[in-house]
Amino acid sequence: MPSALWFAGLAVSFSLLSAIIPVFTVNTPRLLRVLTTLLLCLIGIAALISGLITLSENEVATAELPLGLPWLHWHIRLDALSGFFISLIGVVTVAIGLYSYGYVRGFEHGQDSLIALGGFTGLFLTGMLLVVLADDAFMFMISWELMSLSSYFLVAFHHEHAANRRAAFLYLLMAHVGGLSILLSYGVLASLGDGFTFEAMRAAEIPFGWASLSFILAFIGFGMKAGLLPLHAWLPEAHPVAPSHISALMSGVMLKVAVYGLIRVIFDLIGQFHWQWGVTVLTIGSISALLGVLYALMQNDLKRLLAYSSVENLGIIFIGLGLSILFMSENHRLIATVAFVAALYHSLNHALFKSLLFLGAGSILHSANEQDLEKMGGLLRRMPWTGLFFLIGCISISSLPPFNGFVSEWLTFQAALQTWQLNSGVLRSLLPIAAAMLALTGALAAACFVKVYGIAFLGQARSRHIRRARPVPLSMRVGQGILALFCLLLGLLPVPFISLIDNVPRQVLDQTLTQATAHGWLWLTPVSADTASYGAPLIAIALFIALGLGLWLVGRGIRRVRRCDAWDCGFAPPTPNMQYTSTAFAQPIRRVFGLLFKIEEGVERNQQGKLTHHLKISDRAWGLFYAPIARTVEKAASKITRIQSGNIRTYLGWSLTTLVFLLWVIA
Amino acid sequence: MNLQISLLALVQLVLYALLAPLVAGWIHWVKAKLQNRCGARIFQPYRDLYKLFNKEARMAHTASQLFRASPYIVFTATLLAASAVPLLSINLPTAAIADIIAIAGLLALSRFFLALAGMDVGTAFGGMGASREMLVSALAEPAMLVAVFTLAMTAHTTNLASLVGFQLTETFVLRPSFMFALAALVLVAIAETGRIPVDNPSTHLELTMIHEAMILEYSGRHLALMEWAAQLKLLLYGTLLTNVFFPWGIAQDLSLTSLAIGLLSLIAKLLLLGIILAISETVLAKMRLFRTPAFLNLALLLGLLGMLSHVILEIGV
Repeated sequence: MPSALWFAGLAVSFSLLSAIIPVFTVNTPRLLRVLTTLLLCLIGIAALISGLITLSENEVATAELPLGLPWLHWHIRLDALSGFFISLIGVVTVAIGLYSYGYVRGFEHGQDSLIALGGFTGLFLTGMLLVVLADDAFMFMISWELMSLSSYFLVAFHHEHAANRRAAFLYLLMAHVGGLSILLSYGVLASLGDGFTFEAMRAAEIPFGWASLSFILAFIGFGMKAGLLPLHAWLPEAHPVAPSHISALMSGVMLKVAVYGLIRVIFDLIGQFHWQWGVTVLTIGSISALLGVLYALMQNDLKRLLAYSSVENLGIIFIGLGLSILFMSENHRLIATVAFVAALYHSLNHALFKSLLFLGAGSILHSANEQDLEKMGGLLRRMPWTGLFFLIGCISISSLPPFNGFVSEWLTFQAALQTWQLNSGVLRSLLPIAAAMLALTGALAAACFVKVYGIAFLGQARSRHIRRARPVPLSMRVGQGILALFCLLLGLLPVPFISLIDNVPRQVLDQTLTQATAHGWLWLTPVSADTASYGAPLIAIALFIALGLGLWLVGRGIRRVRRCDAWDCGFAPPTPNMQYTSTAFAQPIRRVFGLLFKIEEGVERNQQGKLTHHLKISDRAWGLFYAPIARTVEKAASKITRIQSGNIRTYLGWSLTTLVFLLWVIA
Repeated sequence: MNLQISLLALVQLVLYALLAPLVAGWIHWVKAKLQNRCGARIFQPYRDLYKLFNKEARMAHTASQLFRASPYIVFTATLLAASAVPLLSINLPTAAIADIIAIAGLLALSRFFLALAGMDVGTAFGGMGASREMLVSALAEPAMLVAVFTLAMTAHTTNLASLVGFQLTETFVLRPSFMFALAALVLVAIAETGRIPVDNPSTHLELTMIHEAMILEYSGRHLALMEWAAQLKLLLYGTLLTNVFFPWGIAQDLSLTSLAIGLLSLIAKLLLLGIILAISETVLAKMRLFRTPAFLNLALLLGLLGMLSHVILEIGV
């Protein structure tokens, strides 16, 4: 049987191939669609197989490619950690491949370039796969940039709108600031560790100060990609404007690649754990989670809302990582492992349900060309399958049992609850506060997705084109169905899954979670059976049995229920305009948490003498964080313009001076 | 032995379902007496449920299938959550299925579908109720978990049966952290079960409703299930408060005498709790909706105080 590395190579070659074929088949869109779908599915399956083999065998495969610098060939390494993330990429890619068959059809008759879409999607996937496989900083940075740049072109896909171009530029800018920060972090490690290979960095003895510098740089760089506060501003701008299946890839998968990068650098390459780092990660994670969900609640644009909710979920993942670092710093390996596995689990869960939700939003766009919640309504009866899958996504992301989101949040809580084992009293009282913020986040996420589902899929249609929405093609439904199925499976069977990924903590933290799965596949017992247990399959079985029994006993079969007008306290029959709107739903929460938003609200009289109400809720981060930086940069730039004379000889002189200076520095 | 335990677990489940209307009836009756009315008999809620189950269920034209499935999901999830809260005995296997966080999750699941069902018909009241319910629950959840964490950090478990067992085996000391946690949980329970001063269960005044606004469109057996689930939730929180903080009397083995003692002590505790609740509902008035955050922040603050006093005073004891 071919090795895991072989399958990974296959996945990379297929994705390169899928980047090339649009050039040759652009005149036969149907063939292009079939080939792209086929290739995406093959990429996904190959990546999945390679990841699963690696995870189950606990072997580390390495290779060297004759590419790159003469003295630094590309090093490739496939270990359990890469295996986990490569299978994550694989699962989502299969679903997106199937979905794109129906979805891309909508672009065939328009002005949009299919070459750009197919080509950059292929390059984007190649970049993500190579980042996960890279074993030296050089290859890592090249793949990272490939991933960032190709996704820039995908964000700018609908470039005819100025707002989209602006979003894409913001994305490019932030991606590069982040990339620079990562590069510097590797620079610190490489200079102390004698070389750019990860092997050399791992072996290096790094003093606390330098390690902290490297940690901060890596945290800024990867945190920026992951959309942590206050570096999240690009995310809600960029993710929604890409085509929906690309939004799914970006939110579901690319953010996880950032998580992978951070785990690789901190847990593996630096390999040290300090409580200061843990507190930093935990604090930023908690703030991102809470503010992310609050901002999500305020959005009326469905895809923007989903993007903000990614900020929240990445926050939850980083809470898990922060807890893990904290517990490692006091050498409580077991609890650290629980938190680490919780973070991994949530990464996978978020990849699944966020992709599912973006595909759902794409389906609504596809059949009704609408992403404004205020115009939707009653879609469940018009697109029942999408409605069902979207419901599963909403339940999962609200972390409700028996679906997958609950398992990872439960594990995070279990880790946080072991604070009594820590020695420091400050940490002991800090951790439960983070846990309380996590609880608030979870409850607000439920509110947010009740709003989304209730406004979009329930009630009555609020506009004419939504009333005419039709079910989407089969391939799109299948794509969503696969993800929904995985959401359910990961919620029902956490124990087999945790034993599958057990090799990741074994390799990274040198500790396994055997006791979590020791009581059979029914019981998840992260610390011990006395401390806490969760029987997910039993809950699901009980729910289904009781549901069936209830339907049979009380409902006495599938009896028709007579329809009538809505009661509504005896008022006139409600019209669609009388329904609660998305803004109205969020109003109480907006009022309670008013200080955290920048709200401009007022009533004005327009030219016709009519009163109009306007409400604008914006992110405080812009005013507090970005505007000062932008002002400083502009000031500095206006000073520098003095040397801009327009004379080419002066410019050449400057270049020469710089070169000489750099040579002097290196020598 | 194993069969006996499973049977007992089933009995406890049935007991939960059967006791729930009685508790609601008892509170009604006490309230009526306090307000100088003669009031309905204690068994009135059973008759109401019976009547509703036999009536025809109607659905609005605009309602979807989710509206129809919701009552079953809401009821089942609430009953399942209840099954993990020790009622008569602490030695039941059902307690291991879900710890307190999973119980909160199941209650959140039932609330999720309740709110969705409220929005399904597309009336203004339904959306209003759903929006308010999600606000109240979002603020109540952290307070509840902080209070629970305080208990869990003392007993080193989130499993309710183990928690009650810990309370029974420890020699009784008045822990300040537990007092704070109890106070916080009482406030949370009031908010979560929709009692005065957060919500008024007997109101049908349009603009003040929360829970009632969501189930406004239900009728017949659907309404019966929704009402029953609400009564179950009240009983669940009542049992949680009494059995965790005042566990005396709960059966620790499976002999008939100890189970009988367990039942009697449970009934005594619930009667007392009902009287306290009825008195508080008689003397208090419902708050404005936007006062509720202050109420729940108080709960959160109490929970945090409990935790801090645990960290400062009790660690190492």
